[in-house]
Amino acid sequence: MLHILNKSPFDSNALDTCLRMALPGHALLLIEDAVYAATQGSAAAERMRKAAARLSLFVLQPDLDARGMAGKQLDGITLVDYAGFVDLVEKYPTSQSWL
Amino acid sequence: MSEQQTPAPSGPKVKKFMFVNRKAPYGTIYALESLEVVLITATFDQDVSLVFIDDGVYELVKGQQTKGIGIKNFSPSYRALEGYDIEKLYVDQASLAQRGLTEADLLVPVEVLDDRQMGELMAQQDVILSF
Amino acid sequence: MKFGILVNEGPYTHQASDSAYQFVVAALAKGHTVQRVFFYHDGVNNATRLTEPPQDDRHIVNRWSALAAEHKLDLVVCVAAALRRGIKDEVLAPGFRISGLGQLVDSGIKADRLVTFGD
Repeated sequence: MLHILNKSPFDSNALDTCLRMALPGHALLLIEDAVYAATQGSAAAERMRKAAARLSLFVLQPDLDARGMAGKQLDGITLVDYAGFVDLVEKYPTSQSWL
Repeated sequence: MSEQQTPAPSGPKVKKFMFVNRKAPYGTIYALESLEVVLITATFDQDVSLVFIDDGVYELVKGQQTKGIGIKNFSPSYRALEGYDIEKLYVDQASLAQRGLTEADLLVPVEVLDDRQMGELMAQQDVILSF
Repeated sequence: MKFGILVNEGPYTHQASDSAYQFVVAALAKGHTVQRVFFYHDGVNNATRLTEPPQDDRHIVNRWSALAAEHKLDLVVCVAAALRRGIKDEVLAPGFRISGLGQLVDSGIKADRLVTFGD
Protein backbone atom coordinates (compact mmCIF):
# COMPACT_ATOMS: atom_id res chain seq x y z
CA MET A 1 0.00 0.00 0.00
CA LEU A 2 1.00 3.58 -0.60
CA HIS A 3 0.31 5.88 2.35
CA ILE A 4 0.06 9.52 1.36
CA LEU A 5 0.52 12.15 4.06
CA ASN A 6 -0.10 15.83 3.54
CA LYS A 7 -0.10 17.46 6.97
CA SER A 8 2.84 18.78 8.96
CA PRO A 9 3.79 16.32 11.74
CA PHE A 10 3.57 19.26 14.15
CA ASP A 11 0.03 20.09 13.11
CA SER A 12 -1.55 16.67 12.96
CA ASN A 13 -1.13 13.20 14.37
CA ALA A 14 -1.65 11.64 10.94
CA LEU A 15 2.00 10.60 10.67
CA ASP A 16 1.92 8.81 14.02
CA THR A 17 -1.34 7.03 13.28
CA CYS A 18 -0.13 6.04 9.82
CA LEU A 19 3.11 4.67 11.24
CA ARG A 20 1.14 2.62 13.77
CA MET A 21 -0.82 0.92 11.02
CA ALA A 22 1.50 0.75 8.02
CA LEU A 23 2.81 -2.76 7.42
CA PRO A 24 6.39 -3.68 6.49
CA GLY A 25 6.89 -3.29 2.76
CA HIS A 26 4.45 -0.43 2.44
CA ALA A 27 5.45 2.95 1.08
CA LEU A 28 4.99 6.39 2.55
CA LEU A 29 4.83 9.49 0.38
CA LEU A 30 5.01 12.93 1.97
CA ILE A 31 3.36 15.74 0.03
CA GLU A 32 2.28 19.33 0.76
CA ASP A 33 2.98 20.28 4.39
CA ALA A 34 3.93 16.71 5.33
CA VAL A 35 7.31 17.21 3.65
CA TYR A 36 8.53 18.86 6.84
CA ALA A 37 8.57 15.39 8.41
CA ALA A 38 11.30 14.50 5.93
CA THR A 39 13.67 17.29 6.92
CA GLN A 40 16.86 16.98 8.90
CA GLY A 41 16.97 18.15 12.48
CA SER A 42 13.24 18.19 13.13
CA ALA A 43 11.59 16.38 16.01
CA ALA A 44 10.01 14.03 13.46
CA ALA A 45 13.37 12.83 12.15
CA GLU A 46 13.74 10.00 14.64
CA ARG A 47 10.31 8.58 13.82
CA MET A 48 11.15 8.73 10.12
CA ARG A 49 14.51 7.03 10.63
CA LYS A 50 12.81 4.18 12.48
CA ALA A 51 10.14 3.96 9.78
CA ALA A 52 12.81 3.68 7.07
CA ALA A 53 13.73 0.27 8.42
CA ARG A 54 10.43 -1.22 7.32
CA LEU A 55 8.83 1.24 4.88
CA SER A 56 9.95 2.82 1.62
CA LEU A 57 9.96 6.58 2.17
CA PHE A 58 9.35 9.20 -0.48
CA VAL A 59 8.97 12.94 -0.48
CA LEU A 60 7.52 15.13 -3.22
CA GLN A 61 10.40 17.37 -4.22
CA PRO A 62 8.36 20.26 -5.61
CA ASP A 63 6.67 20.61 -2.21
CA LEU A 64 10.05 20.50 -0.44
CA ASP A 65 11.48 23.15 -2.76
CA ALA A 66 8.41 25.36 -2.39
CA ARG A 67 8.94 25.45 1.36
CA GLY A 68 12.62 26.36 1.19
CA MET A 69 13.66 22.87 2.24
CA ALA A 70 15.55 21.83 -0.88
CA GLY A 71 18.48 19.58 -0.02
CA LYS A 72 17.38 19.28 3.61
CA GLN A 73 15.71 15.89 3.32
CA LEU A 74 16.78 13.05 5.59
CA ASP A 75 19.00 10.27 4.31
CA GLY A 76 17.03 7.26 3.24
CA ILE A 77 14.16 9.27 1.80
CA THR A 78 13.78 9.24 -1.97
CA LEU A 79 12.84 12.43 -3.80
CA VAL A 80 10.12 12.15 -6.42
CA ASP A 81 8.44 14.61 -8.74
CA TYR A 82 4.78 14.44 -9.79
CA ALA A 83 5.66 11.85 -12.43
CA GLY A 84 7.26 9.78 -9.67
CA PHE A 85 4.12 10.29 -7.57
CA VAL A 86 2.09 8.82 -10.43
CA ASP A 87 4.51 5.90 -10.67
CA LEU A 88 4.07 5.17 -6.97
CA VAL A 89 0.30 5.14 -7.25
CA GLU A 90 0.59 2.82 -10.21
CA LYS A 91 2.99 0.50 -8.40
CA TYR A 92 0.98 0.00 -5.22
CA PRO A 93 -2.48 -1.54 -5.75
CA THR A 94 -4.10 0.68 -3.13
CA SER A 95 -3.35 4.15 -1.83
CA GLN A 96 -4.57 5.74 1.36
CA SER A 97 -4.52 9.48 1.94
CA TRP A 98 -4.19 10.26 5.63
CA LEU A 99 -6.04 13.57 5.73
CA MET B 1 -29.61 20.98 -12.86
CA SER B 2 -28.41 18.06 -14.97
CA GLU B 3 -28.42 14.70 -13.26
CA GLN B 4 -26.60 11.99 -15.16
CA GLN B 5 -28.07 8.62 -14.34
CA THR B 6 -25.48 6.13 -13.20
CA PRO B 7 -26.15 2.81 -14.93
CA ALA B 8 -26.48 -0.21 -12.65
CA PRO B 9 -23.15 -2.01 -12.40
CA SER B 10 -23.02 -4.66 -15.10
CA GLY B 11 -21.42 -7.86 -13.93
CA PRO B 12 -20.55 -8.74 -10.36
CA LYS B 13 -17.55 -6.45 -9.84
CA VAL B 14 -17.31 -6.28 -6.08
CA LYS B 15 -14.48 -4.33 -4.55
CA LYS B 16 -13.54 -3.91 -0.92
CA PHE B 17 -14.24 -0.28 -0.05
CA MET B 18 -12.95 1.10 3.22
CA PHE B 19 -14.06 4.41 4.64
CA VAL B 20 -11.58 5.91 7.07
CA ASN B 21 -13.07 8.29 9.62
CA ARG B 22 -10.58 10.24 11.68
CA LYS B 23 -12.43 13.45 12.44
CA ALA B 24 -14.80 14.42 15.20
CA PRO B 25 -18.43 15.25 14.36
CA TYR B 26 -19.86 18.78 14.09
CA GLY B 27 -16.58 20.71 14.25
CA THR B 28 -16.24 19.86 10.57
CA ILE B 29 -18.59 18.33 8.00
CA TYR B 30 -16.41 15.37 7.05
CA ALA B 31 -18.14 12.85 9.33
CA LEU B 32 -21.56 13.66 7.94
CA GLU B 33 -20.63 13.87 4.29
CA SER B 34 -18.55 10.69 4.47
CA LEU B 35 -21.60 8.88 5.81
CA GLU B 36 -23.51 10.03 2.74
CA VAL B 37 -20.94 8.32 0.52
CA VAL B 38 -21.19 5.15 2.60
CA LEU B 39 -24.95 4.99 2.09
CA ILE B 40 -24.61 5.41 -1.66
CA THR B 41 -21.87 2.76 -1.83
CA ALA B 42 -24.25 0.33 -0.14
CA THR B 43 -26.59 0.60 -3.11
CA PHE B 44 -23.77 -0.57 -5.39
CA ASP B 45 -23.48 -3.88 -3.52
CA GLN B 46 -19.83 -3.36 -2.70
CA ASP B 47 -17.98 -4.86 0.27
CA VAL B 48 -17.95 -1.93 2.67
CA SER B 49 -16.01 -1.46 5.90
CA LEU B 50 -15.96 1.61 8.08
CA VAL B 51 -13.07 2.31 10.38
CA PHE B 52 -12.97 4.94 13.09
CA ILE B 53 -9.55 6.11 14.19
CA ASP B 54 -8.25 9.09 16.18
CA ASP B 55 -11.02 11.65 16.65
CA GLY B 56 -13.21 9.58 14.32
CA VAL B 57 -14.18 7.45 17.31
CA TYR B 58 -16.06 10.45 18.67
CA GLU B 59 -18.48 10.14 15.73
CA LEU B 60 -19.94 7.05 17.38
CA VAL B 61 -20.36 8.37 20.90
CA LYS B 62 -23.85 7.95 22.39
CA GLY B 63 -26.03 10.76 23.53
CA GLN B 64 -25.28 13.43 20.95
CA GLN B 65 -27.69 16.32 21.59
CA THR B 66 -27.22 19.05 19.07
CA LYS B 67 -30.18 21.34 19.68
CA GLY B 68 -28.03 23.90 21.43
CA ILE B 69 -25.63 24.27 18.53
CA GLY B 70 -28.41 24.35 15.94
CA ILE B 71 -26.93 21.57 13.81
CA LYS B 72 -28.82 18.45 12.83
CA ASN B 73 -27.91 15.39 14.87
CA PHE B 74 -26.89 12.85 12.25
CA SER B 75 -25.67 10.14 14.66
CA PRO B 76 -28.88 8.07 14.24
CA SER B 77 -27.64 7.37 10.72
CA TYR B 78 -24.94 5.12 12.15
CA ARG B 79 -27.68 2.90 13.59
CA ALA B 80 -29.42 2.86 10.20
CA LEU B 81 -26.35 1.40 8.47
CA GLU B 82 -27.33 -2.09 9.47
CA GLY B 83 -30.48 -1.73 7.39
CA TYR B 84 -28.24 -1.14 4.40
CA ASP B 85 -26.24 -4.30 5.12
CA ILE B 86 -23.31 -2.26 6.34
CA GLU B 87 -22.24 -4.03 9.46
CA LYS B 88 -18.47 -3.97 9.32
CA LEU B 89 -17.60 -1.16 11.68
CA TYR B 90 -14.18 -1.18 13.26
CA VAL B 91 -12.72 1.05 15.90
CA ASP B 92 -9.07 1.62 16.75
CA GLN B 93 -8.32 0.42 20.26
CA ALA B 94 -5.59 2.96 20.96
CA SER B 95 -7.81 5.85 19.84
CA LEU B 96 -10.56 4.76 22.23
CA ALA B 97 -8.16 4.37 25.12
CA GLN B 98 -6.49 7.71 24.45
CA ARG B 99 -9.90 9.39 24.69
CA GLY B 100 -11.04 7.56 27.79
CA LEU B 101 -13.73 5.71 25.87
CA THR B 102 -14.88 2.13 25.78
CA GLU B 103 -17.24 0.20 23.51
CA ALA B 104 -19.99 0.86 26.03
CA ASP B 105 -19.83 4.56 25.14
CA LEU B 106 -20.62 3.90 21.48
CA LEU B 107 -24.04 3.88 19.90
CA VAL B 108 -23.51 0.92 17.55
CA PRO B 109 -21.84 -2.48 17.84
CA VAL B 110 -18.26 -2.33 16.62
CA GLU B 111 -15.24 -4.53 16.47
CA VAL B 112 -12.24 -3.08 18.28
CA LEU B 113 -8.93 -3.64 16.53
CA ASP B 114 -5.33 -3.12 17.56
CA ASP B 115 -2.69 -1.52 15.32
CA ARG B 116 -1.67 -4.72 13.58
CA GLN B 117 -5.23 -5.88 12.96
CA MET B 118 -6.22 -2.47 11.60
CA GLY B 119 -3.15 -2.37 9.39
CA GLU B 120 -3.90 -5.81 8.00
CA LEU B 121 -7.53 -4.91 7.37
CA MET B 122 -6.45 -1.79 5.48
CA ALA B 123 -3.97 -3.80 3.44
CA GLN B 124 -6.81 -6.04 2.20
CA GLN B 125 -8.82 -3.18 0.72
CA ASP B 126 -9.19 -2.31 -2.96
CA VAL B 127 -10.31 1.27 -2.45
CA ILE B 128 -9.72 3.41 0.63
CA LEU B 129 -11.63 6.67 0.93
CA SER B 130 -10.70 9.35 3.42
CA PHE B 131 -12.52 12.56 4.06
CA MET C 1 -3.80 2.60 -16.14
CA LYS C 2 -7.09 4.32 -15.32
CA PHE C 3 -7.05 6.81 -12.45
CA GLY C 4 -9.94 8.19 -10.45
CA ILE C 5 -9.31 11.37 -8.48
CA LEU C 6 -11.20 12.73 -5.48
CA VAL C 7 -10.78 16.40 -4.54
CA ASN C 8 -12.16 17.25 -1.11
CA GLU C 9 -11.21 20.90 -0.75
CA GLY C 10 -11.91 24.14 -2.51
CA PRO C 11 -9.49 26.32 -4.47
CA TYR C 12 -6.77 28.30 -2.71
CA THR C 13 -7.58 27.62 0.93
CA HIS C 14 -5.95 24.19 0.72
CA GLN C 15 -3.32 22.85 -1.64
CA ALA C 16 -5.50 19.82 -2.43
CA SER C 17 -6.85 21.10 -5.72
CA ASP C 18 -3.38 22.15 -6.85
CA SER C 19 -1.83 18.81 -5.91
CA ALA C 20 -4.63 16.96 -7.67
CA TYR C 21 -4.18 19.09 -10.78
CA GLN C 22 -0.41 18.51 -10.91
CA PHE C 23 -0.97 14.79 -10.40
CA VAL C 24 -3.51 14.63 -13.22
CA VAL C 25 -1.21 16.55 -15.57
CA ALA C 26 1.63 14.16 -14.80
CA ALA C 27 -0.58 11.10 -15.18
CA LEU C 28 -1.86 12.27 -18.56
CA ALA C 29 1.68 13.08 -19.71
CA LYS C 30 2.63 9.49 -18.94
CA GLY C 31 -0.17 8.23 -21.15
CA HIS C 32 -2.51 7.17 -18.37
CA THR C 33 -6.25 7.79 -18.49
CA VAL C 34 -8.03 9.86 -15.88
CA GLN C 35 -11.46 8.28 -15.67
CA ARG C 36 -12.99 11.05 -13.55
CA VAL C 37 -12.13 13.86 -11.18
CA PHE C 38 -14.80 13.99 -8.49
CA PHE C 39 -15.21 17.07 -6.34
CA TYR C 40 -16.71 16.62 -2.87
CA HIS C 41 -17.08 18.66 0.34
CA ASP C 42 -15.71 22.14 -0.33
CA GLY C 43 -14.11 20.69 -3.44
CA VAL C 44 -17.30 21.68 -5.26
CA ASN C 45 -16.07 25.27 -5.05
CA ASN C 46 -13.48 24.42 -7.71
CA ALA C 47 -16.35 24.46 -10.20
CA THR C 48 -17.67 28.01 -9.99
CA ARG C 49 -16.98 30.36 -12.86
CA LEU C 50 -17.32 33.36 -10.56
CA THR C 51 -13.81 33.30 -9.10
CA GLU C 52 -11.55 36.30 -9.80
CA PRO C 53 -8.17 35.48 -8.31
CA PRO C 54 -5.28 37.91 -8.65
CA GLN C 55 -3.81 37.87 -12.14
CA ASP C 56 -0.26 37.09 -11.04
CA ASP C 57 -1.11 33.67 -9.67
CA ARG C 58 -2.70 30.54 -11.04
CA HIS C 59 -6.38 30.55 -11.94
CA ILE C 60 -7.40 27.23 -10.43
CA VAL C 61 -10.89 26.99 -11.90
CA ASN C 62 -9.84 27.97 -15.41
CA ARG C 63 -6.91 25.57 -15.21
CA TRP C 64 -9.28 22.68 -14.56
CA SER C 65 -11.61 23.81 -17.36
CA ALA C 66 -8.71 24.05 -19.81
CA LEU C 67 -7.34 20.64 -18.85
CA ALA C 68 -10.80 19.12 -19.18
CA ALA C 69 -11.21 20.61 -22.64
CA GLU C 70 -7.78 19.49 -23.81
CA HIS C 71 -8.08 15.92 -22.53
CA LYS C 72 -11.86 15.42 -22.43
CA LEU C 73 -11.76 14.91 -18.68
CA ASP C 74 -14.93 14.17 -16.73
CA LEU C 75 -15.05 16.73 -13.92
CA VAL C 76 -17.95 15.88 -11.64
CA VAL C 77 -19.28 17.93 -8.76
CA CYS C 78 -21.38 16.17 -6.14
CA VAL C 79 -24.94 17.48 -6.25
CA ALA C 80 -25.61 17.23 -2.51
CA ALA C 81 -22.36 18.96 -1.54
CA ALA C 82 -22.90 21.53 -4.29
CA LEU C 83 -26.41 22.42 -3.17
CA ARG C 84 -25.18 22.90 0.38
CA ARG C 85 -22.60 25.37 -0.88
CA GLY C 86 -24.61 27.20 -3.54
CA ILE C 87 -22.92 25.67 -6.54
CA LYS C 88 -25.54 25.26 -9.24
CA ASP C 89 -25.68 24.82 -13.02
CA GLU C 90 -25.95 28.54 -13.59
CA VAL C 91 -22.53 29.21 -12.00
CA LEU C 92 -20.66 26.18 -13.32
CA ALA C 93 -17.39 26.75 -15.12
CA PRO C 94 -16.88 25.01 -18.47
CA GLY C 95 -15.99 21.35 -18.28
CA PHE C 96 -17.72 20.64 -14.97
CA ARG C 97 -21.00 18.80 -14.50
CA ILE C 98 -23.12 18.22 -11.42
CA SER C 99 -24.07 14.66 -10.59
CA GLY C 100 -24.62 12.21 -7.76
CA LEU C 101 -22.27 10.53 -5.31
CA GLY C 102 -22.80 7.39 -7.35
CA GLN C 103 -20.27 8.80 -9.78
CA LEU C 104 -17.61 8.64 -7.07
CA VAL C 105 -18.46 5.05 -6.25
CA ASP C 106 -18.51 4.27 -9.97
CA SER C 107 -15.01 5.71 -10.19
CA GLY C 108 -13.86 3.54 -7.30
CA ILE C 109 -15.23 0.50 -9.08
CA LYS C 110 -14.09 1.26 -12.63
CA ALA C 111 -10.73 2.96 -12.11
CA ASP C 112 -7.59 0.97 -11.39
CA ARG C 113 -6.53 3.49 -8.77
CA LEU C 114 -8.43 6.12 -6.79
CA VAL C 115 -6.37 8.90 -5.21
CA THR C 116 -7.79 11.34 -2.67
CA PHE C 117 -6.59 14.93 -2.24
CA GLY C 118 -7.96 16.73 0.78
CA ASP C 119 -7.25 18.24 4.12
